[in-house]
Amino acid sequence: MNGHAGHFPRAAQLRRNGWVVGTFVVLALMLLYERVIHSTAFGAYDMQSLVDPSVSLALAAMAQAAVVLAGGIDLSIGSQMSLANVIAANWMVNAGIGDALAISAALLLGGALAGAATGLVITHSRVPDIIVTLATGAIWGGLALQIMPTPGGGVPQDFANLLTGDVRGSGFPVGFVVLALALLLVWFPLRFSRPGLAIYALGSNRTAAYLSGVNVGRTRVIAYAVGGMFAVLGGLTLTAQTLNGAASSGATFTLQSVAAIVIGGVALTGGRGGMVGPIAAAFILTLLGTLLGYLNVDPSWGLVIQGVVMVGAVMVGGLLLRRRK
Amino acid sequence: MMVESQAAPSDLLTVSDLHKRYGAVVALRAGNLTVAPGEIHALLGANGAGKSTMVKMLTGVIRPDGGTIMVHGAAVRLRSPRAAQKAGLAAVFQDPALAPDLTVLENLRLTGTSVTAVRQWLAAMEIGNIDLRALVSDLPLPTLRMLDLARALAREPQLLLLDEITAALPADLAERVFVVMRRWRELGRSVLFISHRLAEVRAICDRATVLRDGVRVGVLDLAEGSEERIVELMLGAVPQTVPPPSGHVPAIRRDGQESRPAVLEVRDLSLGHELRGVSFTLGRGEVLGVAALEGQGQEALFDALSGRRAGVGEVIMRGRKLRLRQPYDAIRAGMVLVPADRVLALLPQRSVRENISIPRYNRVSGWGVIRQGRERSWIAEAVARLQIDTRAMSQVRRLSGGNQQKVTIARWVARGFDVLLCFDPTRGIDVGTKRQIYALLRELADQGASILLFTSELPEIQLACDRVLVLYEGRIVGELPASEADEATLLHAAHGLTHQEEAAG
Repeated sequence: MNGHAGHFPRAAQLRRNGWVVGTFVVLALMLLYERVIHSTAFGAYDMQSLVDPSVSLALAAMAQAAVVLAGGIDLSIGSQMSLANVIAANWMVNAGIGDALAISAALLLGGALAGAATGLVITHSRVPDIIVTLATGAIWGGLALQIMPTPGGGVPQDFANLLTGDVRGSGFPVGFVVLALALLLVWFPLRFSRPGLAIYALGSNRTAAYLSGVNVGRTRVIAYAVGGMFAVLGGLTLTAQTLNGAASSGATFTLQSVAAIVIGGVALTGGRGGMVGPIAAAFILTLLGTLLGYLNVDPSWGLVIQGVVMVGAVMVGGLLLRRRK
Repeated sequence: MMVESQAAPSDLLTVSDLHKRYGAVVALRAGNLTVAPGEIHALLGANGAGKSTMVKMLTGVIRPDGGTIMVHGAAVRLRSPRAAQKAGLAAVFQDPALAPDLTVLENLRLTGTSVTAVRQWLAAMEIGNIDLRALVSDLPLPTLRMLDLARALAREPQLLLLDEITAALPADLAERVFVVMRRWRELGRSVLFISHRLAEVRAICDRATVLRDGVRVGVLDLAEGSEERIVELMLGAVPQTVPPPSGHVPAIRRDGQESRPAVLEVRDLSLGHELRGVSFTLGRGEVLGVAALEGQGQEALFDALSGRRAGVGEVIMRGRKLRLRQPYDAIRAGMVLVPADRVLALLPQRSVRENISIPRYNRVSGWGVIRQGRERSWIAEAVARLQIDTRAMSQVRRLSGGNQQKVTIARWVARGFDVLLCFDPTRGIDVGTKRQIYALLRELADQGASILLFTSELPEIQLACDRVLVLYEGRIVGELPASEADEATLLHAAHGLTHQEEAAG
């Protein structure tokens, strides 16, 4: 009658992380299957052709996760990436590596500020996230078209080498380093600090968070700012891969980022999940596209299949949650 | 008995002339309150008296239209719960303010609360063995409430606000809350205690401020027998009949009417581990009480009968076996639910009219057209019959809790039903409205309705019911006629002690 029962934190931890482990199992099985189809040794080239496109999507997913964990959703991620892409390609085309890096830094800062502005608008207007980011998405997309009506521009090769390929011919993909830095320098310090806990608390139960003294507005601003920074970084890696700019380059990433966080175990209602799952899910989604290509599936079916996988992941997640109760 | 308050520097909290209105509805007209250091002060009032509005302003949840709040003689502005905490006012709200997806430890870190201090307070409440690494969503509600209290205490506020903390707390935990409240007072700190349980208030509080219609109507020193005076102040007029002790509803039960035709028969109903093979019958025109301590399977019983969750076993109504997979199945069969939490039943942003007529929309017209004229007359009738406050008809959320509960009942009255499942319908509702609700239930029963009534306040069982079932650990461990169901007997039975008693003689 004391109203408390024995609890096993290990079991709770396992349950929290079980989904992410499952995501990695799926990824491993898909890699295995890809080997069976390809039946060649897994070389550095294969690694790069998987990692490079996955990294942009992984960053988009991290951007989405930061916002969704705080109980929001950002439909402008694709446009943010496009805008970063065309700005970089437009102004880096004849620049040296030093200027390119300066432009990148300015863009990352700009992404964080634009995200913060989005968070402020949502907080003060009380208009739902989905509407505000739909509108900001149109703004960023329109600006991207203004800057670069037709694809073009370019980046210095040194800059591209910094974000794609392998680390000085070692065969170790640079993409992993980029993701690791994003996690180590930005996400983990945040995750284990009070603002990071506030992000989870806000997505978990906004009223409870508010009543226990969390600054709701500031937390939301931080979540969107981190999201904006990740999205811009994703736009930069995209630019390094394509070596040019196009206003439509980020278009597919908004939907894919949502798919990745869902598959990666982030609850769309907020509060539950992390960054590692969505990153693995980004690799799964990229690999899925590659596999469908090998199997000669029409690319338009690729979209259909992605949609089905996304809905399937949401449903399985919901069923597991119900079973637990 | 009345005390005129001037802001003396010796007072811990001085609230003067605080007011707030929502459109046409004045929630608080002139809120005045003085709390001295080292006292446990009760804030009392009927629903709609402005009590919760005042608490919300003291905790920074809503901002006043005007008036001042002073802590130790200095005016403070409480723009957010955070600001209230900084000003030395910490609250434990009716719903625990803990983020469910974080562990307890993470929640403490989120608010910068000292874990050591929390552990000390938990130990003082004799629940020091809670695993702080557990996810909040895995812990039962009473535990969360205690954790919330420990967290509030660990912040060492000047004033601790406890808003209905004992509602839905089992008696043993409530007792431990009182222990720490007294300890807090010994430390020279103060508590503002909000509760509907007057016996509790009288036992633990030093003074009480009573509000009525948004104005302070009295401040009294509490002593033996203060309950009657409190009820008088809350009701505004001296009640015509002498109120029963501790301000409870008058007895409206009928005993000894045997052999009513059975309307509802429940056979061996189970739901998970919560409910284990419950069987009973409910007669026509009967009010059958369910008495139980927190978490003994009463939620499961009501959920299974109302179709919220699927149980195993037979539910037979008027000889027909029901398949209850969703609430609609139960409603169609004429078995309807009045939940404790009005939010579960109502559409807060919609009008009283729509809220009452929702269940009727299946019936209003065969062609999908709602005939508003007819609808209006049904609703007007239900509103009049239940004496619903008609000042805020356009949005149900503006009504007080008691009036919201009346709307929930009114919708079923307007629709018609055979069995009314009332799950703690008077939780957090003032004495006056409580009386009206019980009188209404009796009236409905007299007209042939059958009512299953769970209430967390044991003394009310005897006043409102004909017969009582006692649930303990998911089983029925006792069945008593109301005449024998006094609080002491029920309390024994609800602790699972019936069998020993019977064996003892």
